Amino acid sequence: MSQDKECNDRGYYGEFGGSFIPEILVATFDELKRHFREIKDDPAFWQTYSDLMSNYSCRPTPLTFAENLTRHFGGAKIYIKREDLNHTGAHKLNNVMGQGLLVKRMGKTRVIAETGAGQHGVATATMAAKFGFECTIYMGEVDVKRQRPNVFWMEQMGATVVSVTDGTRILKDAINEAFRDWVTNMDNTHYVLGTACGPHPFPEMVSFFQSIIGKEARQQILKLEGKLPTRVFACVGGGSNAMGLFQGFPDKSVECVGVEAAGHGLHTGQHASRLCSPDATVGVAQGYKTYFLQNDDGQMRETHSIAAGLDYIGVSPILSKMHQKGEARFESATDQEVIDAVKLTMRQEGIIPALESAHAFAGAFREAAELSSDDIIIINQSGRGDKDIFTVADAFGDPKWRDFIKEKALDYK
Amino acid sequence: MLEKYIRERLKTKDILLMTHIVVGYPSLDASMEIVEQMVEAGVDLMELQIPFSEPMADGPVILKANQKSLEAGITVKQCLEFAHKAASRFDIPFLFMTYYNIFYKYGVQSFIEDIAKIGIKGAIIPDLPPEEGADYAELMKNNDLCPIYIFSPTTTDARMKYLSSWGQGFIYCMARKGVTGKETQFSDDLNEYIGRCRTNTDLPIAVGFGVKDKADMDYLRGKADIAVIGSQTIRIVDEKGVAAVGDFIRGL
Ligand SMILES: Cc1ncc(COP(=O)(O)O)c(C=O)c1O
Repeated sequence: MSQDKECNDRGYYGEFGGSFIPEILVATFDELKRHFREIKDDPAFWQTYSDLMSNYSCRPTPLTFAENLTRHFGGAKIYIKREDLNHTGAHKLNNVMGQGLLVKRMGKTRVIAETGAGQHGVATATMAAKFGFECTIYMGEVDVKRQRPNVFWMEQMGATVVSVTDGTRILKDAINEAFRDWVTNMDNTHYVLGTACGPHPFPEMVSFFQSIIGKEARQQILKLEGKLPTRVFACVGGGSNAMGLFQGFPDKSVECVGVEAAGHGLHTGQHASRLCSPDATVGVAQGYKTYFLQNDDGQMRETHSIAAGLDYIGVSPILSKMHQKGEARFESATDQEVIDAVKLTMRQEGIIPALESAHAFAGAFREAAELSSDDIIIINQSGRGDKDIFTVADAFGDPKWRDFIKEKALDYK
Repeated sequence: MLEKYIRERLKTKDILLMTHIVVGYPSLDASMEIVEQMVEAGVDLMELQIPFSEPMADGPVILKANQKSLEAGITVKQCLEFAHKAASRFDIPFLFMTYYNIFYKYGVQSFIEDIAKIGIKGAIIPDLPPEEGADYAELMKNNDLCPIYIFSPTTTDARMKYLSSWGQGFIYCMARKGVTGKETQFSDDLNEYIGRCRTNTDLPIAVGFGVKDKADMDYLRGKADIAVIGSQTIRIVDEKGVAAVGDFIRGL
């Protein structure tokens, strides 16, 4: 794979990206771009950032050899990059702490964020608590219901969680609402966008902070195996953990595979696959140009995924470009394949991947056996699965859990 | 053209009124009735908003109207037919207001050619700054349509001049930060900002965002060329019904 993530001044990657923002935010984006350029060009900043991440979070996160899964499939050697062991349990904190440092530099005192799975919301609430910022998190009503434990933690850390009841009541609607807050409060507020989407410079900036994943993974695999992997797998919601991993492997010999959410199946219309499905076409929304799941009029469609963090209409413009140029391959995994992958990984390795991350596992499992023992694959475990206990317990249909919840509910009567 | 029409009208009126509807809210028939009432009550120009599923710059009132209209199944084609009818029946300029994806998905060139044919005079696209829309601006001008650009209180003088160089017809000046439909303080700050808008463009200026009653109109008289009322008429329709719109406009 070869990739050129550098973009031009207006944030275009091929035909994708750009900055389709209302006039009121132009000055805010100019300021953000200026500060981001300064830190990106300053090696001392990266040092400060990685020191913070090793001290406050658990970086470098391990690259775990999955011995049992490797034996189970009898093909490639399987390694897992453990973003689940990052503080707050997902890769999201990498981006958030980076933007937090930027917020301090810009002298702002309040942060807002959208969240789907709640991982980005928790990470932002955590960063706000640590740096002393006021914090408001926008979350679709549907996601508030399916990711309740994360809502609880955000609130405990002092964030205000706003349940968004407009539109389809999921991630995209939370993003719209965050923008509506920002156009009012930009003087003291920074919008910590959680993925490699949105107007320039967000795709570039979020990818920059997440590149810590790929930088580490590359060093680790070279140290452990003395060679590069054959394929690397990451799930793709907005694309930030995938960008993070892929940037570590710009080599032609490494194939980057992004796995999207096929939901109930690509043919059912109930999925969130932008790069593997003809249901998505190029459009402009939420400030940037990319593949969107939209109808012929340009109205966004309803999406579905068992994983709230992948349940989104758009995808990183950088990944759209990589898709178009053949610099990465995109696959998809259904809800059922994902549940099976979670089960297998828990039983074989004692590791619980988040439902989002389990898409990458499902994609890798499909291909592991066809590779040889000389091949190495790396799966990015973008987060840990304990947040999904309600969804997973329902999917497994565990009767003991159901009894427990019923009893617990009685306690609150 | 649009600018000439505005200047002509300003010879007999001290301020013009531009109103706004979301096409298809509360229904297509009701939308036409609202247009009729507005025109009969003396509105000088109108924005027809084509609903979009992600109206990022709109506040709760217009957002809800967008959603309801889409839920009822409104299509872009129906919006064009509606605009065609309105523009043929009523003798005031109609502009489209919508988000860029509606143009983009239809095909920017086809869309512009088609709306020119049905008698639309211009368009306001809040998520299309000139940096992203050079083709659009060029095509609009070639088809005798006005691309309307927006000034905001955070826009620098230099950028106002830049935007003005792209604009035709008039400049839309947002009275404050934020989204549509929230309260605006008509204060000295606003006065100074409107003065700044005036200095940085030769085009007529419209002031909107939070304009809702006669007091606001009176404040803007002598300062702006056009007052824009958006969310408030939707509120009137929601609270008092379509028939109340004409009286509300006459009361301004
Ligand atoms: C654990 C986890 N993985 C992946 C994602 C998807 O986001 P992205 O594609 O930006 O990595 C999320 C988003 O919420 C997440 O929480």
